[in-house]
Amino acid sequence: MSLSRVKDLRLPLMNLVRLKGTPILEQLHLEERLLRTSSDNWCIVNDGTNVPTIVMGMSGKPCQLIEVRPVMEDRIPVIKRFTGGGTVIVDKSTLFVSLICNKDDVPNVQPYPRSVMAWSGSLYGEVFKGVNGFQLRENDYVFGDRKFGGNAQSIIKSRWIHHTSFLWDYDVRNMAYLKLPSRVPQYRLERDHTEFVCRMKDYIERSDFIEKTVKAVGNQFTLKQVNLEDIDSYAKGGYLKTTRLLTMEELEEAMAGTTQNA
Amino acid sequence: MACRLLWASRVASHLRISVAQRGFSSVVLKDLKYADSHEWVKIDGNKATFGITDHAQDHLGDVVYVELPDVGHSVSQGKSFGAVESVKATSDINSPVSGTVVEVNEELTESPGLVNSSPYEQGWIIKVELSDAGEAEKLMDSDKYSKFCEEEDAKH
Repeated sequence: MSLSRVKDLRLPLMNLVRLKGTPILEQLHLEERLLRTSSDNWCIVNDGTNVPTIVMGMSGKPCQLIEVRPVMEDRIPVIKRFTGGGTVIVDKSTLFVSLICNKDDVPNVQPYPRSVMAWSGSLYGEVFKGVNGFQLRENDYVFGDRKFGGNAQSIIKSRWIHHTSFLWDYDVRNMAYLKLPSRVPQYRLERDHTEFVCRMKDYIERSDFIEKTVKAVGNQFTLKQVNLEDIDSYAKGGYLKTTRLLTMEELEEAMAGTTQNA
Repeated sequence: MACRLLWASRVASHLRISVAQRGFSSVVLKDLKYADSHEWVKIDGNKATFGITDHAQDHLGDVVYVELPDVGHSVSQGKSFGAVESVKATSDINSPVSGTVVEVNEELTESPGLVNSSPYEQGWIIKVELSDAGEAEKLMDSDKYSKFCEEEDAKH
């Protein structure tokens, strides 16, 4: 048996699902289902989503976070996801990487936000080795002081998910749908969206990023490719689905709330 | 540290219970029971009050949102009934015993930070009517929970 095979035997198993252009709602439903009903570790990579979509964290209030009128007029879908964190607008250029882990398979990581975040920063440190200025800053991935990756987590009894949306490129017009949130990292320093974020494409090739990420994950887990069609055999049992698309009625209420407070 | 000991003493005095002094570790109150998922429970006849422990709130960071169940909702020992949001994470809150929710702490909607500043007092999360008082036997007392926390932290 080769040395690399021996090494693999000591690493916990992780299933790798590679998607391309999967709608973000479908991706989030898949993640929530796997977190709650599977006992395996998972890495999900989605190379872009199909249409521009706004995604809020669990506690997000649309009237506070988005410009509701243009969002409704332009029929931009708004999702509330099962993880914490802030609001993003994602599209076909966004890259998504999600890691679902059993806490016992990552024993050096405590199942708490800061510990998981630090572990992720170290993993992506490998991916961006040689790329100037990469760091985990507060809870964001940045080049220098400009954010290109937003993180969120959900922690349950013995498992957790850490998922990231990477801003490969963005349309400035889409950023205009988002308000300046009340909770911002200290390093943001009152900058508006376009001054605060940067485009990952200016730093690394797209395929290079995906392959280096898979490789970095493969240094800690033995990866096994799983097709989406085979997921049912891994995810058994019911769970309460909390990720959902906001209804027009909810957005209308949010707009009414915004108008009253104006 | 002195402030935390003073706070613990005041809480203990108010609740008429004694405090386990754990030096620089988190506060553990003696007359409560504890789950291994870091929730505490105070049992009073057939009613119980739950919250998350000082250890949990310290490790979670600043709580910005608490998702509360509805009154009348059934909770089961070891199963999730709500969540807290802190940093960028939602974290399940698991029920230490089974029962039916009779009251939720509405204060947490406007002031989720009470879970951090007063985890055993103003930061209580729900009150339930117990369905099986015997379930509390499966929980840890304060000494066992203190040791459990120390062992968990020592591993990392």
